[in-house]
Amino acid sequence: MNEILKIEHLTKKYDDLTVLDDISLAVNKGEVLVIVGPSGCGKSTLLRCINGLEDIQDGKVSIDGKTGMVFQSYELFPHMTVLQNLMLAPVKVQKRKKDEVKKEAGQLLERVGLSAKKNNYPRQLSGGQKQRVAIVRALIMHPEVLLFDEVTAALDPEMVREVLDVILDLAKQDKTMLIVTHEMAFARAIADRVIFLEGGSIIEDTTPAQFFDAPRSERARKFLRTFEFENVH
Amino acid sequence: MNITVLQEYLPIFAGAFLLTIKIGLAGVALAFVIGVAGAFARYFKIPVFSAIIKCYVELFRNTPLLVQLFFIYYGLPVMGIRISAEICGILGLGLLGGSYMTESLRSGLEAVPKIQTESAFSLGFSRPQTFMSVILPQAFSISVPALVANVIFLLKETSVFSAISLMDLMFTAKDLIGLYYNTTESLFMLVVFYIIMLLPVSVLGSIAEKRSRLKMFGSD
Repeated sequence: MNEILKIEHLTKKYDDLTVLDDISLAVNKGEVLVIVGPSGCGKSTLLRCINGLEDIQDGKVSIDGKTGMVFQSYELFPHMTVLQNLMLAPVKVQKRKKDEVKKEAGQLLERVGLSAKKNNYPRQLSGGQKQRVAIVRALIMHPEVLLFDEVTAALDPEMVREVLDVILDLAKQDKTMLIVTHEMAFARAIADRVIFLEGGSIIEDTTPAQFFDAPRSERARKFLRTFEFENVH
Repeated sequence: MNITVLQEYLPIFAGAFLLTIKIGLAGVALAFVIGVAGAFARYFKIPVFSAIIKCYVELFRNTPLLVQLFFIYYGLPVMGIRISAEICGILGLGLLGGSYMTESLRSGLEAVPKIQTESAFSLGFSRPQTFMSVILPQAFSISVPALVANVIFLLKETSVFSAISLMDLMFTAKDLIGLYYNTTESLFMLVVFYIIMLLPVSVLGSIAEKRSRLKMFGSD
């Protein structure tokens, strides 16, 4: 087993409110982990703790390398063009050569079908395009682990697919990914492993087939039922 | 109004104008430097510094420049620090302006969504890098009208420099009126030169505002 991320007894509290309660989790290289659960269960907070955006009250998060994160609201830098958005961190943080970064940015944009947009500002892009740029911006830093925080939740339905396709493509390249999503069909398709989180604890940690077809806990069954509709006619 | 007098006064006012511009712009530059540093400390709530900046802002915003200049000009020598009237003027203007700039930038910074900072952090940026490359440019564009108003205000405040015997525009006008009683001509030149100094600031300011807004918010 080639562990790339290890979380041991992670506890996160906001004052008296415990958001994550004694979470332990190990992720192997190349694994795609999908985290699902009801709103407020701590999914996003878990990603933020892994990424170092939150201080933790107890436990340990160890990562073999860097993480890259993609947010629900894209968070491209609005005062910069697409290319400038992509190049800023590699050049300033990683001190890489501009030419080399520019070349890679061009290749990555090509792969997500946005070559024509490299000199546009974020405001000139659709939500789906912005999110694809945000994914490229995370990728170009060569992170060991990619974190996706409900990346399609703010998108119009017709743009969801183009973003999910990019992530599916990454899975084929054996990227290690932690994905928080409410797209259950996508979760099932992409996941090597599903984590069901509720009330800040891991309720299930299993294969997608097991989770979606025969969830062990009543709570997971109840959660999955919220995505189903009875035929009313 | 006597045209001959105006012609005679022109070089005198031009000299005063250059001095006023020199000290004014140096003071404004210092104000920007203090403003950016102060806003950084306040934005990231840097311990101790944030509190110091807060006190500084309140102290300098709530006292007149004239009083501040007196303190610097007459007070510092008492403590054994001797500086020229020009440096004194720059320092006074810079410190006063710094307090205004800090607040104007801070209001712009607060308007930038917090998650932009997080997004930069998650790309590995340090706090200074995040501030200078990501947050400040956005805050700047939001703060442009307030910053331009500050610059104009500061350049006008140079008119109290006569109190520390700097030969600025105001000093020159008062001096000439006292010497030759050509009140109309002197005041006319004074107004003309203040407008020459300040009109470009207003115009450049609105161009800067439009450009930075267009980039971020656009119209297409």
